[in-house]
Amino acid sequence: MSFQAPIATSRSATGIPTGRLAVWWVVVSEIVIFGGLIACYIMFRLRHPEWGEYASHTSTPAGALNTFVLLTSSLAIVLAHQAAEARDLTKAFRYIWCTIGGGGVFLLVKSYEWTTEISHGYTLFANNFWSFYYTATGLHGLHVIAGMVIMGIISIGVRKGEHLPRVEYIGIYWHFVDIVWLFLFPLFYIAK
Amino acid sequence: MAEAVTTAETTEEVHTHHGEPDFWSKYIFSTDHKMIAMQYMFTGMIMALIGGYMAYVFRMQLAYPGESVPGFGTVTPLAYNSLITNHGAIMIFWVAMPILIAALGNFLIPLMIGCDDMAFPRVNRLSYQIFLLSVVVLLASFFVPGGGFGGAWTAYPPLSAQSQYNLTPFGAPLWLLAVALEFVAFLLGGINFITTTMNARAKGMKMYDIPIVVWMIVIASILFMASVGPLIAGAVMLLFDQVLGTTFYNPDAGGDPVLWQHLFWFFGHPEVYVVLLPAMGVVAEVITVFARKKLFAYKTILYTTFATGILSFFVWAHHQFIAGIDPRMAHVFTVTTVLISIPIAEMLFCYIATLYGGSIRLTTAMLFALAFLAEFLIGGVTGIYLGSSGTDIYFHDTYFVLAHFHYTFFPIAIIGFFTAIYYWFPKMFGRMMNETLGKIHFWGTIICFNGVFLPLFVLGIGGQHRRIYNFKNFPDLATPDMHNLRIFATWSAVVMLLFQIPFLINFVMSLFRGKKAGMNPWKANTLEWTAPSPPPHGNFKEMPVVYRGPYEYSVPGREEDYWPQNVPN
Repeated sequence: MSFQAPIATSRSATGIPTGRLAVWWVVVSEIVIFGGLIACYIMFRLRHPEWGEYASHTSTPAGALNTFVLLTSSLAIVLAHQAAEARDLTKAFRYIWCTIGGGGVFLLVKSYEWTTEISHGYTLFANNFWSFYYTATGLHGLHVIAGMVIMGIISIGVRKGEHLPRVEYIGIYWHFVDIVWLFLFPLFYIAK
Repeated sequence: MAEAVTTAETTEEVHTHHGEPDFWSKYIFSTDHKMIAMQYMFTGMIMALIGGYMAYVFRMQLAYPGESVPGFGTVTPLAYNSLITNHGAIMIFWVAMPILIAALGNFLIPLMIGCDDMAFPRVNRLSYQIFLLSVVVLLASFFVPGGGFGGAWTAYPPLSAQSQYNLTPFGAPLWLLAVALEFVAFLLGGINFITTTMNARAKGMKMYDIPIVVWMIVIASILFMASVGPLIAGAVMLLFDQVLGTTFYNPDAGGDPVLWQHLFWFFGHPEVYVVLLPAMGVVAEVITVFARKKLFAYKTILYTTFATGILSFFVWAHHQFIAGIDPRMAHVFTVTTVLISIPIAEMLFCYIATLYGGSIRLTTAMLFALAFLAEFLIGGVTGIYLGSSGTDIYFHDTYFVLAHFHYTFFPIAIIGFFTAIYYWFPKMFGRMMNETLGKIHFWGTIICFNGVFLPLFVLGIGGQHRRIYNFKNFPDLATPDMHNLRIFATWSAVVMLLFQIPFLINFVMSLFRGKKAGMNPWKANTLEWTAPSPPPHGNFKEMPVVYRGPYEYSVPGREEDYWPQNVPN
């Protein structure tokens, strides 16, 4: 079954490419999802000062390492975008895989943290702080995995020199995932 | 699937499709926006029949408690809970949303802005497939042990979170899953609507040349997108509470059940406007065409729409006046709630001003549009009693509330849909509908609708609580006067459902036997009427160019009383 893109896809009345516009609207809808979850957590946290005690059981060094890894991977996707603009396909391909690698390291550190915490008895059911912790970091982790899968698909196209604007679009999404982490890290790790 | 994206297309050529596509790719896996609109519309209509059947069953139980209902059998308390829960959920999430947003948006947006399809046709197809999956999950939930979810469509915890209370251990998570899938489907659809309208407009179509209905669908999509997120997060939390045993909403373990109410209504109240706005847009199109007059105050209507959209995010707690919120907060939400009636009233006044001095043609579509204005007005005015915290404390959870929101949702979902279908049927299927059958359908529906819900206002003022299975158990509510009203409302509902038979006959007959419509049977200005009826794949023979706004009717000095958007002079 062949698919031919309609004229509608290539039109640009606003001057912004349609793909970029759509990704920004995806980000808007994601902001309210995470915004809702984070707002719920903050409301609970304000009412329960004792949650600071629970938060001290999360590993701040591991979280800091993950922050560093994610921010660096965001740099890599920007460099991939730059390379794609210059049509340097090999370089773009490599930088995309650097980003995917960053996501992988992030998930490894995360699973190490979860394993340690669960083995200490801090499971999803321990109390509402841990329920929020696993829900929020889990939902964020799913977004990291989704981003990695999409980047893998995009990298195949990049190798053939097709759909190069998609490198920019996944970059926007990846930055969003990054910024969500910048909210989760202080809320669940630093604030005691 | 091979993909051939044409980039940098400078000359816009209309693609003619190669050969006749087979049944599956034409009807089931189509990426054509019109076919996806039809899929949404027919799914929505089937769901409306299911929701209507549920209403029939529980109305019969209320009028004749304990007696066997023809076509269902005896209604147990558990079945009653499941019926009212799913009636509400189906009518809003699986009838109003797919028909008003998805079907109309898909059908109208590309046609009215003059392009050949949505910006992302395959995302569009995916949106419908996810929606269909949500329908399947919902329907499956009726047949699991314990039956369909029975915790009311608002799903307040702890009733919804713990199966020892709602007694539907499998129905509840399935219901929640179905709702979440439905949200994902409409998020994908909404992104498509917004980007398509922003980017894919015909040459020459400026912001203020976009027909009101397209504006309204796009603004509704933005409202949906900006309000549903917290509820998605909240639904995940509720699902964890139900299935895994977390305690987000369990007060015994430090959770907060009122949190769900905030998340639900932060979405739920904008949701009212998400479905209202497309219906308002449809009415705007219909009244200008059949009053042969320029829409009064196009820009004012647009600004009031923006105002409604923004205000709709600040009214949600008027659903929670007796949920233990701070009385000072209740004052704030009373003020915002009463404020939001101003832009809506202004919009209605603009519509009435459009009618003033027009040469009105009372076609069936126009009758439904006028009925929308009158009936919605009753819904809006009774809303003021409920938005004021003082009176709401008395009215809360009575049939007054129920009658109020049926006076808003029925005009929106049902009258709005009929207005649209009687108006755009010629464009959708290339044939005219029968006006006589249409008028029988109109009067039957409207009179019976008032027969159902006016008595319920009276019962609500009398103190009749919403969620009661058998009123005979409550001597104060079982007086003959009150019970006769209940029976009257029930029979009105039955007759109203029977009056949908002329519509179905009309629909099917016109589909095959109706008079050929031609391109522009109503002599309307907007771009969809310059495409053949029904529009082929790719919509237009050549892509239209726009020269003026959509509502230039009866312009002095012109021979014709209409001036299509794509005619140079």
